[in-house]
Amino acid sequence: MSERLAERVSIGPDGVICVIAGKVELGQGVLTALAQIAADALGADLAQVRMVAARTDGGPDEGLTAGSLSIQRAGPPLREACARVRAACAAEAARRWGVSPGEVTVRRGEFRAGDLTATYADLAKAVDLPAEEAPADAGTEQNVYVGTSVPRLDLPDKVAGRPRFIHDLRLPGQLHGRVLRPPSPGARLARLSPPPQDLRVVRDGSFLGVLGESEAEADRALGRLRRLAEWDERDTLPDENDLDTFLRAGPHETIPVRVADGEPPEGQVIEATYSRPFLAHASIAPSCAAARWNADGTLEVWTHSQGVYLLRRALAEVLGLDHDRVAVRHVEGAGCYGHNGADDVALDAALLARASGGRPVHVRWSRADELTWAPFGSAMSADVSAVVDEAGSVRSWQYDVWSQGHISRPTYGGRPGLLAGAHLERPWTYGAPTDPPPQAGWGSARNADPIYDFPRAQVTGHRLTETPIRSSALRSLGAFMNVFAIESFMDELALAAGRDPLEYRLDHLSDPRAREVLRRAADAAGWGRPGLGIGFARYKGFGAYCAAVAEIEAEQDVRVRRLTLAVDVGQVINPDGVRNQIEGGAVQATSWTLKERVRFDRRAITSRDWESYPILRFSETPEVAVELVEHPDTPPVGSGEAAQGPVAAAIANAVAASIEVRVRDLPITRDAIIRAIG
Amino acid sequence: MTRLTVNGTPMEAVSDPGTPLLDVLRGEMGLTGTRFGCGLEACGACFVLLDGRPVASCTTPLSVAEGRDVVTIEGLAPGDELHPVQRAILDEQAGQCGFCLSGIMVSAAALLARDPHPDEEAVVAALDRNLCRCGVHRRVVRAVLKAAGEVTR
Ligand code: FES
Ligand code: FES
Repeated sequence: MSERLAERVSIGPDGVICVIAGKVELGQGVLTALAQIAADALGADLAQVRMVAARTDGGPDEGLTAGSLSIQRAGPPLREACARVRAACAAEAARRWGVSPGEVTVRRGEFRAGDLTATYADLAKAVDLPAEEAPADAGTEQNVYVGTSVPRLDLPDKVAGRPRFIHDLRLPGQLHGRVLRPPSPGARLARLSPPPQDLRVVRDGSFLGVLGESEAEADRALGRLRRLAEWDERDTLPDENDLDTFLRAGPHETIPVRVADGEPPEGQVIEATYSRPFLAHASIAPSCAAARWNADGTLEVWTHSQGVYLLRRALAEVLGLDHDRVAVRHVEGAGCYGHNGADDVALDAALLARASGGRPVHVRWSRADELTWAPFGSAMSADVSAVVDEAGSVRSWQYDVWSQGHISRPTYGGRPGLLAGAHLERPWTYGAPTDPPPQAGWGSARNADPIYDFPRAQVTGHRLTETPIRSSALRSLGAFMNVFAIESFMDELALAAGRDPLEYRLDHLSDPRAREVLRRAADAAGWGRPGLGIGFARYKGFGAYCAAVAEIEAEQDVRVRRLTLAVDVGQVINPDGVRNQIEGGAVQATSWTLKERVRFDRRAITSRDWESYPILRFSETPEVAVELVEHPDTPPVGSGEAAQGPVAAAIANAVAASIEVRVRDLPITRDAIIRAIG
Repeated sequence: MTRLTVNGTPMEAVSDPGTPLLDVLRGEMGLTGTRFGCGLEACGACFVLLDGRPVASCTTPLSVAEGRDVVTIEGLAPGDELHPVQRAILDEQAGQCGFCLSGIMVSAAALLARDPHPDEEAVVAALDRNLCRCGVHRRVVRAVLKAAGEVTR
């Protein structure tokens, strides 16, 4: 490795320390947490640390910001690089002062030995050396910021309304672009009437766009373009009211998650089937990007993608460029909950900018495009069965889950995987989504393998390899559904055995951290009162432990009054940050559980706005209480995806406990309850 | 030419009178703190105060604002100051991505101007036209109630 330290950590003459972590802010606060780690490793003041957004021209390839892995994966190398910088500066100070490096201390960015002091700015030159030549023994650091609730670094700008989002980006000479998407996934452009002179149309195959001097002009131009286009449409979508059949029809790839030995024992068999629909990311802002082609044939792209390097590779491939001709830079977008339209709109911008005579083009999707064209989280269906003994305890467990894949990010599966690619004259079709490997926590089968100590268990995933609806990573992937199914079924087993659902779980559970989290959530919620429901999981089997207790009201519709969660993420970098992520995850999961379902007919996605794809409102949002179970000596794991599955199960179990109706098909709407009764 | 007052300053907008106020603010006037979320009056991201009342600037044509008083997130408080709602949002760390917040704070500021001491129910009702996908609703409600303690004008 010939990386120079200064590539990750550079010190300005004003003492500002720029840190490039290669991770991106998605609204989850990761840059603040990483800045805390960096400041402590540097012995610097947090105020002098600047986190630089990820970019391919001048930043390490740290892969994606996803899967609740950022702190876990990016934290240690960042800490190490910063500690080396601190040690190099301390060594330089010692040399100048003629003392031993051990005598130099650093606090709040000030190096000191006796009366002698120096700042990072004074010692900056010491940092410009290859990483491997930097002192490896950096001594011990003190945690000043790690473990405290440092306020979010990006929030003041956002609260003041200062430009910070990619939507606010204004490049000199910038045009605004809009894309006219086909009316349905299977549509092809049949005919385009000749556009009037003043309409700046860009066409490549069935990809159609327009340019305007302002957003308003681009919007008007889009309306005019729409009237010029005629499309050939066909039916390509499954029956939205019979997704179980669609998901189970195949062809499938079989995923053996856990293979049981021998035959299941004799005994009473209990079984049930659960499902969830397709879900949309439904970020509050539509996807957005900007691009500029330079005279030398290089391309610059601004994006809120989760992975600037992956996007660069995909763009280079579609556009027939060498990678090093493309520079991709991250700019913050609205909340990102997985693989949304961010990468797709970057290709849109690049295609439109190719026809703009060198002027940069800024592209923003419409609400309808966002809700219909961004990849969805796949619908899923699962069968669970258990053989139980006389006391109702599990002797054997069988679980089968059917799903489309959960990953079709750019370049996964060997294809660029960008939406507009499929519409070009020389198309780059996107393939069926796949799943992450077991060591990354599976996809369809994420959390399909229960944490309980069952004497025998067989767990199998079935991933569809032909996928008419575009799907990819949505927060927690298959875990939301699998935990909902497993934890609903545990409740059903407990009730069938006449046992308390909490005790029933604990009787099957030896992992002490799991037991503690369950107990803490139950205690905090006042477990034992009627009508409560509980759900629990350890995310991915190796991530955060999370238990949720729900208290609901079921009159016309189900309302969640209160959620009480306990979570164990190991070492906590920023307690309030973890709480915020758990609260947000719980509220979003409540929305998924009670309200959300992507709608479609056989031809087109029909949930295109906030009326047809409603999400939870202020008046429907539960109180959320979070208990942090701290384990400062265990490595930190992410918190953003821990709550989803447990919350869904807790709500369904609370419905069962309150009105004795077991809803096994999400979302738990009034209709679903009526169906479950019928 | 359309005359209107934006954040206390008289302005003349040259955009076509049919242009959505949102585009005039973000484009012509460079006030990008007001957000586009849906363009359909369904999410609240684009809310501004029009003569003190929160309206969806995405569906309000410029002509409707003629001769009237528009306040955006940038103008909720004078100069570099923050409105009590903005301060309380920061105090409570009531944000994740923050994209929804401009519109939410505009709704909240309108509420407090009308009713300086709302109860929780009133706060929730005043914010119900604003969507947030990150799930910071309860923090926001706490923040607005906290701000209400401070707004006693
Ligand atoms: S953008 Fe105006 S209400 Fe959504
Ligand atoms: S904080 Fe992201 S939408 Fe509200």
